[in-house]
Amino acid sequence: MALYSEKVMDHFENPRNVGKMPDADGIGEVGNAKCGDIMRMYIKVDNGIISDVKFNTFGCGSAIASSSMATEMIKGKPIEEALTLSNKAVVEALDGLPAQKIHCSVLAEEAVKAAVKDYYDKNGIAYDAALFAEHDCAACHGG
Amino acid sequence: MRVYADNAATTKLSPAAKEAMLPYFDEIYGNPSTLYTLGQEAAEHLLACRTEIAQLIGAADPREIVFTSGGSEADNQAIISAARNGARKGKKHLISTKFEHHAVLHTLDKLRKEGFDVTLLDVHENGVVRVEDVAAAIREDTALVSVMFANNEIGTVQPIEAIGALCREWGIPFHTDAVQAIGHVPVNVQEMNIDLLSCSAHKFHGPRGVGFLYARRGIPLTNIIEGGAQERGKRGGTENTPAIAGMAAALREAVDHMAENTEKVTRLREALIAGLSTIEHARLNGDREQRVPGTVNFCFEGIEGESLLLLLDRKGIAASSGSACTSGSLDPSHVLLAIGLPHEVAHGSLRLSVGEYNTDEEMTYIVDNVRQVVAYLRSISPVWDELETGARPHLI
Repeated sequence: MALYSEKVMDHFENPRNVGKMPDADGIGEVGNAKCGDIMRMYIKVDNGIISDVKFNTFGCGSAIASSSMATEMIKGKPIEEALTLSNKAVVEALDGLPAQKIHCSVLAEEAVKAAVKDYYDKNGIAYDAALFAEHDCAACHGG
Repeated sequence: MRVYADNAATTKLSPAAKEAMLPYFDEIYGNPSTLYTLGQEAAEHLLACRTEIAQLIGAADPREIVFTSGGSEADNQAIISAARNGARKGKKHLISTKFEHHAVLHTLDKLRKEGFDVTLLDVHENGVVRVEDVAAAIREDTALVSVMFANNEIGTVQPIEAIGALCREWGIPFHTDAVQAIGHVPVNVQEMNIDLLSCSAHKFHGPRGVGFLYARRGIPLTNIIEGGAQERGKRGGTENTPAIAGMAAALREAVDHMAENTEKVTRLREALIAGLSTIEHARLNGDREQRVPGTVNFCFEGIEGESLLLLLDRKGIAASSGSACTSGSLDPSHVLLAIGLPHEVAHGSLRLSVGEYNTDEEMTYIVDNVRQVVAYLRSISPVWDELETGARPHLI
């Protein structure tokens, strides 16, 4: 059996919404190079809707696929809905990830939230800080 | 095109080795421990293989060869034996290096927990252990020095003969894990002052699941596997006669053709190094000259090794990486960290290990595809973006 599902390989080899966004309304970056994965997500917001999204990822195949899938799942959605995106939903949409790769989906969820938080901060929109918990590196790798 | 460039992981069985194995499956299938003709024929061939292997590595006596299940078992037995022998004389200090194979490192960890004092030497930026570092670490209570012959990830060859001579002077047993060296570079246990040596057949086109431990006469061995009287009581279990026959044949073939193979494989390796060196912010890991013919290890800044391997696999290229994602742990390769690479650079490593079955055309194919894949992964990497915009300094 292959390491990854066909869906993961498809999103890894043909990532959706990959690239940079010079006029982004919010930019979120999570992970660190030392751990071996960094995701940067850009969002464009129009009337509370995420009208466009782009990402750049440094990481393994599942990190790239998770970012790609997450962008597809939030594009065109209201911000509030994007904030409910869970790593579990990303994993399901990818037809599963190997156990040691679940942290990649966690990063994707956090990247979306970080981009929204940046948008809120830039626009002086109040929010509940509890929505944006700090990433715990050990928690997702520890397994 | 399909290109196998992971010969340091395992090699294809050679036709000669395969041929040599076949009779021992269903013709001369007797158990060598039995007294009837069928068993004695197998026993005779076992002795012939032992004699041949002893001769091919310059051992004084076939009885110095103990057949094992492979390199890991040989490493375990060599180190545990030397530790036990030392402990009996009150010597509980073991010296090795930071970039050994885990079969060595984990065995040393186990002994450390039992109360042994373990010194792991630095291997420096070029991936070569310095003899003076070994000398400086030696103590009155040193029971063993273990230094690998050639490193499995970066291919650097160690000054084995000189370290062996130093150990001889001090009367300290010297072990070398020669898994990546045997069959690829000249190895002579007597000339190189080696007391214990580990070998695995599948790294030189022999079968897997078989290897041997060379233990110079006079070095008592501790059993790892208890059982019958096989291997002079030092390793229980019915001998794997087909695999041993294949190993002897493969080693004979590798030694007989070493000069021509070295010439060809070195040429292939040089083509890889020359081609990959033209990729910007890439670096060759390990000493430029002091290396086995076939192993090349590069780091590419701004990308991660697993995604590189997956895309190369889609192009038909089989290679390996020392990234954390491929090691199954949090950290990238201990070898790359030992030669001083920062984590973020070590994550972007690629090991290509070629052999005599590879072709010049394949090297061009590898270089072209690595160049394309690295460029693609960099184009979507936020790390590369930061490196290029100056937000993050280039490390290589």
